[in-house]
Amino acid sequence: MLYREAGDFKTNYAADQQTFPIKSERWLFWAFMAFAFFVVPFFIDDYWNKAVLMPLLIYAMAALGLNILTGYCGQVSLGTGGFMAVGAYAAYKLMTSFPGMDMFSVVILSGAVTAGVGILFGLPSLRIKGFYLAVATLAAQFFLVWMFNKFAWFYNYSASGQITAPERSIFGIAVTGPSTAPWATYLFALSILFVFAWVARNLTRGRLGRSWMAIRDMDIAAEIIGVSPLKAKLSAFAISSFYVGMAGAMFFANYLGSIEVTEAFGIEKSFLVLFMVIIGGLGSILGSFLGAAFLVLLPVLLKNIMVGYLGWPTDLAAHFQIMMVGALIVIFLIAEPHGMAQLWRLAKEKLRLWPFPY
Amino acid sequence: MSPAFLNFVEIVLNGLMTGVMYSLVALGFVLIFKASGIFNFAQGVMALFAALTLVGLQTGQVPFSHLINAIFGTEIHHWGGGMHTVFAILITMAVMIILAFLIEKIVLKHLVNQEPIILFMATIGLAYFLEGAGDLMWGADVKVLNVGLPSGGSFWWEDVTREWASTGSEYWGMYIDKLDVTATVIALILVTVLTAFSQYTATGRALRAVADDHQAAMSVGISLRTIWVIVWSIAGFVALVAGIMWGSKSGIQFSLSLIALKALPVLILGGFTSIPGAIIGGLIIGVGEKLAEAYVGPLVGGAIENWFAYMLALAFLLFRPQGLFGDKIIERI
Repeated sequence: MLYREAGDFKTNYAADQQTFPIKSERWLFWAFMAFAFFVVPFFIDDYWNKAVLMPLLIYAMAALGLNILTGYCGQVSLGTGGFMAVGAYAAYKLMTSFPGMDMFSVVILSGAVTAGVGILFGLPSLRIKGFYLAVATLAAQFFLVWMFNKFAWFYNYSASGQITAPERSIFGIAVTGPSTAPWATYLFALSILFVFAWVARNLTRGRLGRSWMAIRDMDIAAEIIGVSPLKAKLSAFAISSFYVGMAGAMFFANYLGSIEVTEAFGIEKSFLVLFMVIIGGLGSILGSFLGAAFLVLLPVLLKNIMVGYLGWPTDLAAHFQIMMVGALIVIFLIAEPHGMAQLWRLAKEKLRLWPFPY
Repeated sequence: MSPAFLNFVEIVLNGLMTGVMYSLVALGFVLIFKASGIFNFAQGVMALFAALTLVGLQTGQVPFSHLINAIFGTEIHHWGGGMHTVFAILITMAVMIILAFLIEKIVLKHLVNQEPIILFMATIGLAYFLEGAGDLMWGADVKVLNVGLPSGGSFWWEDVTREWASTGSEYWGMYIDKLDVTATVIALILVTVLTAFSQYTATGRALRAVADDHQAAMSVGISLRTIWVIVWSIAGFVALVAGIMWGSKSGIQFSLSLIALKALPVLILGGFTSIPGAIIGGLIIGVGEKLAEAYVGPLVGGAIENWFAYMLALAFLLFRPQGLFGDKIIERI
């Protein structure tokens, strides 16, 4: 009853091609957005902000970026952690070199810097493919982390080797530094994510997105029908790194405030984001969000159950959690290799016909 | 001979022996990739798991003791008295075979005909599972593994090489770890045995047939699933050997599983499908890494070992995208 297309007539092409073609779905989406933008900020507290919402938004952004590269263009990357580090350090250098710059510009420019680095490390993709490329992106991961550790210029010669975000604001409201309100950082991250998710959605269904998908499905065939692999692959690397870089910048500046590169942006981060993309669904915008939500919420939930409810020691709970995540990934791959987005799609198909499927 | 030259020789020798250790891990990857086309990311964690199990059995730990204590409030940790090393190794091997069987039964069976990337992801999931399971079973503290292999620097070699240096120069001999030499010998034996096994036994021939062509192999009556269990068992055995070697060298802890990451550049250098490639790739990476650390490292602030191997492999790949010994990549529409 709730989810019907009957009576929902489209009179022009644009209306037919919109992201949410069914009215109830559109309503649901906007209601959810209104809730996220206008209700959550009034009730948010520090725990929810730091433990759930900020990681969720930031990882969703990173997953979105990786999904563009891996899901849409078919280039497996294990260098996400390294690219996030580029974003974080670019943000740090921008914040300390230009104190007057507002935070929005800082995040965008950090993304742009990361895009440049992404193109550089995307160059090998023109020659090598598949697993060989995945290993090649590991070079980016290890090299970038090493570089930020080794050259003191990147962390402004601080004694600890850490970088700490100074207070920067947008519209006069502090969004980085120690004295921020939870709602301010939350709304900041949410707004950026909202805008760029919209951009990603429209990029992926446009000409560029189609050329990526052609390369993913079969690169030689795509080349023959006139898709330039050079342009498609490098643009995928650039745009993907742009998103990942913004995620890294926010991860550092808005979320943690102070980081040490090997700890924050190690190889585990690359795998985590890759898992999000896989579990969420390769080649799906919604999937990036679902995957990020799943892998951010699951540990919080498991920890609350095992430590809070069963009273286990935390190290035991941590081991159990790693095991659970591993098992869930395998289960997901067996049960639904196309991820949670596919489950949602199937659920929608069922819902359209419910309760009379014949 | 001048000390500088002797230093160079020492670095190369140590690099070669480190390379052999890398090859040990890479071998496990190649075996599985050849037989099933699966890029098994869990190989490093399998080595960790095998080594943990071995130490646990040796020292007589009770598996899952922390978990049991947490649930039932008991205080158990050891069941008194360890086990002889040989028995421990045999039982660990049995555990690895059971593991191979379970992996085939629970995971791989359901993923036949999926895309390689999905299988790769599944092995990453498997790696996480085994890592958590290993810690849960045996505890996460750093353990010392001692299976009675010789270790420490060789004084005899130090004395011999000191004689080589030209008189009057300050040279105190080469440092060669006995454990590295042992590892090299064991790796050589392992490769010989594996090669002989795949050349001269019926099972070995079946393995090669599957590696050549899955469907043709099945059509002449080779059971793919049995072969997979055998291959994963062999990979488990190789993981056990690698785990013993690396564990004796640097203790058993989580970082042991990261040697899998070190094996990756070895693989792309040698090609995923070639056993000699894994060996030679390992040697190139080992020597290249040590030389770079010694001669390039000081110029840029050191610790370049972490990424140098990848860059080296990347440079190779740009000229030969299929690795040094890999099968030629033929692409058709």
